[in-house]
Amino acid sequence: MSFLSIRNLSVRLKNGPPLLRRVSLDVAAGEVRGLVGESGAGKSMIGKAVLGILPPSVQITEGEIFLDGTDLLRLPPKESRRRIGASCALIPQDPLTALNPSHRIGPQITDRLVDILGWTRANADARARDLLAEVQIADPDRVLRSYPHELSGGMRQRILIASAFAAEPKLIVADEPTTALDVTVQKQILRLIAGMQARHGTALLFVTHDLGVVSKVCQRLSVLYSGLVVEDSTVPEFFASPSHAYSAALLAATPKYTDPDAGLHPVPEAVVNAVRAEVAAFDRGPAHG
Amino acid sequence: MPFLRILLLRLLTTLVTLAGVAVIVFFVIRVVPGNPIAMMLPPGATDEDIARLSALYGLDKPLITQFGIWLSGVMQGDFGTSITTRQPVLGLVLGRLPATLELAIMALVMAVLIGGAAALIGTRGRGTRTEGAIDVVNGMALSVPDFLWGLVLMLVFGVLFPVFHISGRVTPSLDLPFTTNFYLFESLIRLRFDLWADLVAHMFMPALALAIPLAAIIGQLLKQSLKETMNLDYVTLARTKGYGETHVIMHEALRNAVLPTLTLVGVQFTFLIGGTVIIERLFSYEGLGNMAIDAVINRDLPLIQGIVILFAVIFTAVNLIVDLLYTVLNPRLRHA
Repeated sequence: MSFLSIRNLSVRLKNGPPLLRRVSLDVAAGEVRGLVGESGAGKSMIGKAVLGILPPSVQITEGEIFLDGTDLLRLPPKESRRRIGASCALIPQDPLTALNPSHRIGPQITDRLVDILGWTRANADARARDLLAEVQIADPDRVLRSYPHELSGGMRQRILIASAFAAEPKLIVADEPTTALDVTVQKQILRLIAGMQARHGTALLFVTHDLGVVSKVCQRLSVLYSGLVVEDSTVPEFFASPSHAYSAALLAATPKYTDPDAGLHPVPEAVVNAVRAEVAAFDRGPAHG
Repeated sequence: MPFLRILLLRLLTTLVTLAGVAVIVFFVIRVVPGNPIAMMLPPGATDEDIARLSALYGLDKPLITQFGIWLSGVMQGDFGTSITTRQPVLGLVLGRLPATLELAIMALVMAVLIGGAAALIGTRGRGTRTEGAIDVVNGMALSVPDFLWGLVLMLVFGVLFPVFHISGRVTPSLDLPFTTNFYLFESLIRLRFDLWADLVAHMFMPALALAIPLAAIIGQLLKQSLKETMNLDYVTLARTKGYGETHVIMHEALRNAVLPTLTLVGVQFTFLIGGTVIIERLFSYEGLGNMAIDAVINRDLPLIQGIVILFAVIFTAVNLIVDLLYTVLNPRLRHA
């Protein structure tokens, strides 16, 4: 079985509309899976469900999330939290808000190693220094003593990446990790994540709305529309011939930097209507996944 | 370095504030009707007697001259002589100050403990009945003023279940070995826990009466900012690391959420000190506030002036401490 295996996961807003519609997907050990879709398609929601950080306003109505063979949703909250903390990590979207302004950088990287995994402080500190060197931060000792407000956005994202890899997790959820960054920094950060992933052999669930990013980083991808998985392919397959009309239109809509005169191709209305009808049919019919 | 600059700047503004307070208190209590001399003499005293006594206390001179005399004395640390007790004001006031400070600090500690606990429990159980119950109790605590709480406490713990003393600062028959007037503090240092217990049994109700409204304010505001902080990204990130709710509240959210509350507590603590005036009267607690009321009743002008100046000094000192604490807790301000 894959390291992460999501089966028929449905999530809805409490007393509101569904946000995920029987989502199934697998991430094998060391594999990188892209989660693609428009805003509101539910791609971030999948990552949050896996990490157990769904907002209190939503609830899981059915499905299983197997982590290393164990269904997290059947475990007592404390036990599932422990397992997630020990084997998963998050690279958040916005580096400016994801570090605690009152704590120095060092403890924010080492806290889980010391508190949860029982490392000695000296070992954890040495590990933090190595990690900062690995994410190409020039003066690790100074940075470890700094407060977040003393560092740039790109620097903070490097720190968050280092922190995510600190405990050698089996799976990392990267939630649009380059969206909040300067365009010039985006590429470096992307290359950094891909390099770290390859070196550490970590499985990655990469949430993004950028198909260009997917083609560079991922091996497989799921395309979502309105919480429904409409495509689940390997990346080469997808870029050669997308299996769903909506994901084909999404691919065609991606602007090409190499050909700026080609113009923009929004997803055609007919395709949108078709995929909406599919969602509506799913909600009506006896769901069969 | 910034600490020192803030400190110097604040000391300078404090001087200006105190000068303003001195002017206002001096002239206002002389404009308000009531004459200290008339209070001192028995009924039926002749105009001649009144004039002689007025001259003795310098009250016959023009207001401006009186102010000049008083101010030059104050500059040299002489706050004048109390008209009713004929003792130096400074000694009287400083002798009572420790009692009031101990009461106010005890009340502050109680308010922070009760309000903090309410906020933490309410945040832990947000969206549940626990939070609802805390909100209801908070609302009740806020809508009743401190002196009414004093009466309620007196009735419950003084009359129905007489566990605490309802008046005074310490049982008069006790032999006190203290050299300072910080009885509560000194009893701890001298390891006289019997005296300490007696002092606490006296101080408990007035302190709690002062603490309840402040505790409610702390509870409400801190819970609000804790709840907002709990939705921030760095708190979510900490959850993914395997930390439980309690750790996340205490370690990630509390320090950031406490800043707005701290500012408010500074302001509210000055109100609390103002509140000691009535509460000390209610519980016959021998502090500054009780002395202030006596001074006003007797039109003891120099004493009133001394007490008001001292209260002003306390208020500005509290504000200064809050500002400095703010800088300590918020690393972003340290380099500003």
